[in-house]
Amino acid sequence: MIVSIASGKGGTGKTSVAVNMALSIKNVQFLDCDVEEPNVHLLLHPKIDRTEPVYVLVPFVNEESCDYCGECSRFCQYNAIFVGSEKVLIFPELCHSCGGCTAVCPKKAINEEKHKVGTLKSGSAGGLELVYGELEVGEPMAVPVIREVKRRIDKSRNVVLDSPPGTSCPVIETVKGSDFCILVTEPTPFGLHDLKIAVQVLENMQIPFGVVINRAGIGDKKVYEYCREKSIPILLEIPFQRRIAELYSRGVPFSLEMPEWKEKFEALFNEARKLVDK
Amino acid sequence: MKQIAVLSGKGGTGKTTITASLAVLARNTVVADCDVDAPDLHMLLHPEIIKTQEFKGSKRAVIDKTKCVECGLCREKCRFDAITEDITVDPISCEGCGVCTIICPVSAVTLTERISGYAYFSKTKYGFMAHAMLSPSESNSGKLVTLVRQNARILAEKEESDLIIIDGPPGIGCPVIASVTGVDAGLVITEPTMSGIHDLERALQLLKHFNIQPFVCVNMYDINKENTEKIVDFCEENRIKTVGNITFNPIITEAMVNGKPIVDYAPESDVAKEIERMWKNIVSALKLGSG
Repeated sequence: MIVSIASGKGGTGKTSVAVNMALSIKNVQFLDCDVEEPNVHLLLHPKIDRTEPVYVLVPFVNEESCDYCGECSRFCQYNAIFVGSEKVLIFPELCHSCGGCTAVCPKKAINEEKHKVGTLKSGSAGGLELVYGELEVGEPMAVPVIREVKRRIDKSRNVVLDSPPGTSCPVIETVKGSDFCILVTEPTPFGLHDLKIAVQVLENMQIPFGVVINRAGIGDKKVYEYCREKSIPILLEIPFQRRIAELYSRGVPFSLEMPEWKEKFEALFNEARKLVDK
Repeated sequence: MKQIAVLSGKGGTGKTTITASLAVLARNTVVADCDVDAPDLHMLLHPEIIKTQEFKGSKRAVIDKTKCVECGLCREKCRFDAITEDITVDPISCEGCGVCTIICPVSAVTLTERISGYAYFSKTKYGFMAHAMLSPSESNSGKLVTLVRQNARILAEKEESDLIIIDGPPGIGCPVIASVTGVDAGLVITEPTMSGIHDLERALQLLKHFNIQPFVCVNMYDINKENTEKIVDFCEENRIKTVGNITFNPIITEAMVNGKPIVDYAPESDVAKEIERMWKNIVSALKLGSG
């Protein structure tokens, strides 16, 4: 089963929920898809045994064959090629690697070359396999790195995906293909507002989901009212406790120090499985 | 005109809470909510929308089934796996590149523009505001951020405001880069956790990459004072100014529940005083005229 953990609002506790759940179940492959700010390895301290570069293809113009007709520039939807009277400028950070420019060039003057956008790391922590990506600082596009991380999915295992925050492309790329998505929120106006957007995304994508309320006890009760009205299952509540916050600040998954939580996280995963089977 | 972007790397460190308070303290400023995926600033500033703009950020391929001969060339050439086995476009995967339109032998595919969000010009109790809302599961948030920033400049020029404060999205990818290009300073809000420190470092690298002056604020600094010291030392070593330390105080959530910037909701609280002090530090470091 593939379970992704997402949120809408940042900092609601996605990584914490994902890690504690992964540590409470067996046969886990953990993929950290928050390639802009990967944090899972800070909590799991894995032994990394493979580091590989992630490349995308970007155009490379052979100016000897180019007659500066500008077809490629007119075709490109992302303004990644600018053709001047005697010079072609390429902006690799805007390129989506669609390959269209090479196809439209009447002089066959465009080839593609590799451009590094990130790094893929894999290793293990205990019996758990971890794969994560790191977007190169200054590179705007996270999606190709996420795609590369997801290419390592091993469907025979319990796959846990930690998503970046938000509701646009990197999140969609992460949750696409999940059997279930756990949305982590907090009971505050910001938490609720961003949860509602995330719910729309999952409804659009027809992925079954449930909610985990983190820092329960702060804020107000409106998240509960919303979930009740929409019949969204609340799978788990984690109370706001200074001890949990302190453990997190030191990079310690709290279920390791508070073993009574292991069962609750295992139950969370089993509940997700039950909802998928339904 | 100066522009300050508030960012964080890690989400949920308090960007929006702090931006809202700076908007109150700065006076005659324009605020821009550039977290277009999950904008929250309006819940504290309650903007009254003056003008709405459609945002046509992305195109999608559409296949005319009456012309399609199902040869499958588009499916073969699409690098985003956006054409399904029965030769229809998966709108979620399609990135609107147009390769299918040129590859189709019977010209059955066209690109269509669609509304993928809205941008707003607004007025708040504290000044003017530019913001937006990306439709759920849309792409191209970077482009929408650029539009919001353009709108903020238009408002600032019209209102003769000399400062724009930008509430940035989390992360370091495309919408963040669009939020920081060309700004005068980046205020990175962090928290004293292992993740906070890791993400702060990456956010600072990003600012360095674009040659932007960094400031750092440690929010909830008393959650782990040891880590806070590490952050302060790290900043000192790298000659980065730590402009503020803000205590962990549930009154911040209370202000949020009441829909008000903390400096307005509880001006006498320690948190409000600390934000005021931080603002003064920024004003003097950037030699801002007003504030």
